Amino acid sequence: MADFETPKFREYPVVPQIKADAMAGKGPFISRAEFDTDLGYPGELPENWKEKTLEKMGDLLGRYRSFQVFMDSCIKCGACTDKCHYFIGTNDPKNMPVARQDLMRKVYRRYFTVAGKFFPKLVGAVDLTEDVLDEWYNYYHQCSECRRCSVFCPMGIDTAEVTMAAREILAHVGKGQKYSNQIIQKVYKIGNNLGLPGPALKGILEDLEEEVEEDTGVPVKYNMDEVGCDALLMTPSADFFAEPHIDGLIGYGKVLHELGITWTVSSLASEAANFGLFIGSYENIQKISMRIREAAIKLKVKRIIFGECGHAWRVAYSFLNTLAGPFDFLDQNYPVPQHILEVTYGALQEGKLRMNKAENDHLTMTFHDSCNVARASRMGDKPGGQFDIPRAVIQAACNNYVDMDSDTIKDATFCCGGGGGILTDDLMEVRVKGALPRMEALKQVTEESGVTNIAAICAICKSQFTKTLPYYGFEMDAIMSVHQLVSDAIVMTGSEQEKDLDGSDDDEKSES
Amino acid sequence: MSAFYALLFTVAFLVLILGLAKKIIQYSRVPAPLKIPVTPAPLTKGGVAIRLAKEAILFAALFRSNKWTWLFGWLFHMSLFVVLLNHLRFFIKDVPLPLVLLQNVGEYAAFTMFIGLAGLLARRLFVARVKYISAPSDYLWLILLMFIAFTGIVMRFISHTDIIAVKEFCLGLVSFNWQSLPTDVPLMVHLFLVCVLMILLPFSKLLHIPGLFFAPSRNQVDNPREKRHVANWALDLDAEKNKTQPK
Repeated sequence: MADFETPKFREYPVVPQIKADAMAGKGPFISRAEFDTDLGYPGELPENWKEKTLEKMGDLLGRYRSFQVFMDSCIKCGACTDKCHYFIGTNDPKNMPVARQDLMRKVYRRYFTVAGKFFPKLVGAVDLTEDVLDEWYNYYHQCSECRRCSVFCPMGIDTAEVTMAAREILAHVGKGQKYSNQIIQKVYKIGNNLGLPGPALKGILEDLEEEVEEDTGVPVKYNMDEVGCDALLMTPSADFFAEPHIDGLIGYGKVLHELGITWTVSSLASEAANFGLFIGSYENIQKISMRIREAAIKLKVKRIIFGECGHAWRVAYSFLNTLAGPFDFLDQNYPVPQHILEVTYGALQEGKLRMNKAENDHLTMTFHDSCNVARASRMGDKPGGQFDIPRAVIQAACNNYVDMDSDTIKDATFCCGGGGGILTDDLMEVRVKGALPRMEALKQVTEESGVTNIAAICAICKSQFTKTLPYYGFEMDAIMSVHQLVSDAIVMTGSEQEKDLDGSDDDEKSES
Repeated sequence: MSAFYALLFTVAFLVLILGLAKKIIQYSRVPAPLKIPVTPAPLTKGGVAIRLAKEAILFAALFRSNKWTWLFGWLFHMSLFVVLLNHLRFFIKDVPLPLVLLQNVGEYAAFTMFIGLAGLLARRLFVARVKYISAPSDYLWLILLMFIAFTGIVMRFISHTDIIAVKEFCLGLVSFNWQSLPTDVPLMVHLFLVCVLMILLPFSKLLHIPGLFFAPSRNQVDNPREKRHVANWALDLDAEKNKTQPK
């Protein structure tokens, strides 16, 4: 692993000075042939790589309006330049969104526009060389596809769309990313990103049932492959064993139990996450999504509920209907799919969940808006529900809540630094440096408002924070799941917690 | 000389219109296969119209990003809009009253246009990260527009070009009855540069003019759960998938 220095906190969030090539050559491991060929990609750079690259570019320009329009409409105003956390943390100018897009745009202009064909130097067009391809590989894997830049671009240019196209093009000439391609393989072969086979999952869920019953006295079920339940729970595989993710899973179970909603996970579709999104591959996003459809049909559920995962929710909310729908065989009284937070929030609104906030009094919470949720999805029936609903749920479970600086939350939220295929050890420098602006915002509320912990609803954010918080002087367990807070505060009917609050007389049943 | 300019204008106009049409047709035909509006996004088409209007008229996202860039950028664009409105008088025989009244205020738009452009040029030259992303054409566009504004100011306030004759020329252009054009230098430069702009527009970043309205990040309605959205090219993949149905 490379040696690098954790960036220092800046006293004021000033625009960084450019340091050219600061992150040159720091891209991730390239995929091995064995991971690529099964996905239909070449295992190495072919002889006619240049032709193939341009061919794929042309193909994508004809199939994705975003890619075509964004290549043309950039006016080089620089509004985006200081908005990307990777530029802020690394000072490498090619991590400025416009410059990142330009790596592609310069080649686009050269081969696909009149101006670039005849007057390349005038319009900044360049020839496609192997060096250019390497640069693409390097910098398109220093973008987490978080869309923050698109919020601030006057033309609405979303660099993530360019990054996705770039990665798809690179994969087609044998330069796929090992991390993402390997994980996609695991989903196809085993059913989830972590390669957890069915029996292992079953064991974990049984352990959870024991643990929860011991803690609460309530026999909450955590089913797997159970036919005929109300709901299929699609949750990131990290929820099955990582901390603090698993505490979220415990929380979902308690909420669903209390609401009388029976549910199951599927061992074959045991992954909500969809890395097809990160590599910009429509076909792979669809193939992975189809497992959800198959599982829902096989298990004869009426609803699909998603757990706390950022990009999984983007795919679920924005793409599932397109890629794996229509879902007319599911109960149309519920949104398809639905986020667990929408379920919990709805229940709280209707007074169906009893919460003892005091259980979380030792915490002063803040909330990290995950990029895919914030800028690429919705919850509830109003725009911005994806900001309001998690906060409402947190505040239903805690007395002490503080938001971070308004320029760093909601649709301006800073990516955790680990999304979009970047959550890998070979990109640790990128991850730690990219985390800088979020860490600064956290530091501010820690110092000024006594914030002790930060909650998130994304498995990648939770893993990224666990790893990077210590680099910045925070505790690794400062990051929590939102449903962990719910789990700790919820007072289930017939539970030990209920008895503690109301007295153990069975005749005395409190109102919810 | 007049014939040269008449021809030049006709050619420039054709290149502009045909070039723009080609690009707009291209943008409309390329599908947007997935729902990707940047959220929070409007839930209705009306909401999208408002969102796009906020961008096109107020430069809302730019305001959020950088106040100085917004100030100079918006000033330039608004001034250009007023200037263009003013110039309609050259192409309409009997100028309607509102347009006549606009002239009194509108003539100062040339100055604010110049100031806006100058601010943007200074930024491009002196702010390191903006300079980094700038190609020669990025500077040249600003300079071109500044010369157009400048020559306009000279004609209006200093050399007092014979605008009646210019109007005759313009009316002649649109009715294919070419008239003669005064030959003062500011006018020649002004018109020539305008033609250069028209010819180059469809091949340049000025395509942001239609481009903004085709950006899926801004022009899509946020209703993927409620309404199924599938691109034509994805229909085959879709049909395959429909084989998975409950029994």
